[in-house]
Amino acid sequence: MPETTIMSSEDVRRAIMRIAHEIVENNHGCQDLVFIGMQTRGVPLAERIAQGIAEFEGETVPVGSLDIGLYRDDLPDVGLSIEIKPSDIPTDIAGKRLVLVDDVLYTGRSIRAALDALIDYGRPQRIQLAVLVDRGHRELPIRPDYVGKNIPTSRRDDVQVRLLETDGGDGVALIAESR
Amino acid sequence: MGGSAALLVQEPPPAILTRPAPGTWQHHHVLDLDDFSTDEIELVMETAGVMKEVLARPIPRIPTLRGTTIITVFYEASTRTRSSFELAGKALGADVINITSSGSSITKGESVVDTVLTLQAVGADILVMRHSHSGAPYLAARNTRAGVINAGDGWHAHPSQALLDLFTIRSHLGDVRGRKVVIIGDITHSRVARSNIWGLTTMGAHVVVCGPPTLLPVGLEGPRGSEDGREAALPPVEVETNVDRAIKDADVVMTLRLQLERMQSGLVPSIREYCNLWQVTSKRLATAKPGALVLHPGPVNEGVEISLDVAHGAQSVIEEQVANGVAVRMALLYLISRGRG
Repeated sequence: MPETTIMSSEDVRRAIMRIAHEIVENNHGCQDLVFIGMQTRGVPLAERIAQGIAEFEGETVPVGSLDIGLYRDDLPDVGLSIEIKPSDIPTDIAGKRLVLVDDVLYTGRSIRAALDALIDYGRPQRIQLAVLVDRGHRELPIRPDYVGKNIPTSRRDDVQVRLLETDGGDGVALIAESR
Repeated sequence: MGGSAALLVQEPPPAILTRPAPGTWQHHHVLDLDDFSTDEIELVMETAGVMKEVLARPIPRIPTLRGTTIITVFYEASTRTRSSFELAGKALGADVINITSSGSSITKGESVVDTVLTLQAVGADILVMRHSHSGAPYLAARNTRAGVINAGDGWHAHPSQALLDLFTIRSHLGDVRGRKVVIIGDITHSRVARSNIWGLTTMGAHVVVCGPPTLLPVGLEGPRGSEDGREAALPPVEVETNVDRAIKDADVVMTLRLQLERMQSGLVPSIREYCNLWQVTSKRLATAKPGALVLHPGPVNEGVEISLDVAHGAQSVIEEQVANGVAVRMALLYLISRGRG
């Protein structure tokens, strides 16, 4: 299956830095900010964004992780092929400005599940969404606030985000499905 | 075709050596731990860890089993097991109904099979059953499409108890491989002991059972297929009637409830004698490894199988067992409903 590199490791690095700046600009600083990375790749992404902010703004933003395996709406079909991990929300989120971080935004169902999960932890002031890649084809009224790159795709394509922490290297590949 | 080579007929391997491929869950029911592989037990442990996090949240609820109907059918009394299963089901978002024999048509003589068929018709997806006759949940499982979890059948098995005991031990000691776990009390009449023997030996622990000789099943330590054959179905464990030898250097001390009825049937002469010879006191506990854990499935007869100070002492994890029970039962309910896909 032919694979095209959509983002190189430098592209990924620059996108993360830009998103970090946009978040601080949009929120007028880092007051009450909390990043929640979606398992699995959203977590290192959230950590890198927080690290970027620490470098240029000198502020520490807490980073938590969220596993939505238990909130999926397709559980009878995927059964036990989904591995569920514990979530780790480090602080009380009541009144906080959350930024959910994920690698790819596609149908929007994972984000819907994440919103359900977060509301169970408390009542945040607001929840924003940052994604490295938006590949279109939304099935729910969900939109990202910060996007690394918009990639038009066909439903038959596969978008793979690779990160140093999880895959040994950074990059985004588009794998066109030939049928 | 000659040849003098003798054909070695090997005994079929014990159940603990059969392993499904890693990552697979083979159970539609949870009736006993005798057919659980190490991978499946590990999966329960990991899943229970995730569920424990859910229970620590401000709102300990997830929508995972929304729309699933769980019915508990308890033919025997229970506080902790029944409420534990009920809370587990509710935390997963399921609808939970409790049926006890006294409040149901079981008092009119309705059979297990008819009860189970009725509940299936009413819409039960999962049945949690406790019965005084060994094997009753197996009968239920054969007669229903619903998943069946055994909450204790006669003297035979109590798999969710053994799994929560294992979870509790591992949360303190990590791996149980090679650890010395001693189970003290009335082993013969204990489904908790039998399920723990299965669970612990499968996970590689060194199990020692200890109690009055009248309350130890025959053939526990013998080779499989021993003459008597009565307990040939259990994996071999070390048997010890002297509690001081049993407890020495133990990593875990698991005590069982002594039913006072045993006195009536002449199996134990008196409570005082039992206490002198087998009660776990702080003095005896001091000969175990430092920091050894003390477990009890409950309800505890304080001052009988375990002294008050040990039951409430720093090494006792009895209350944690109860708390962990909800997480482990959530894991079982989740795994049997999601495992069929």
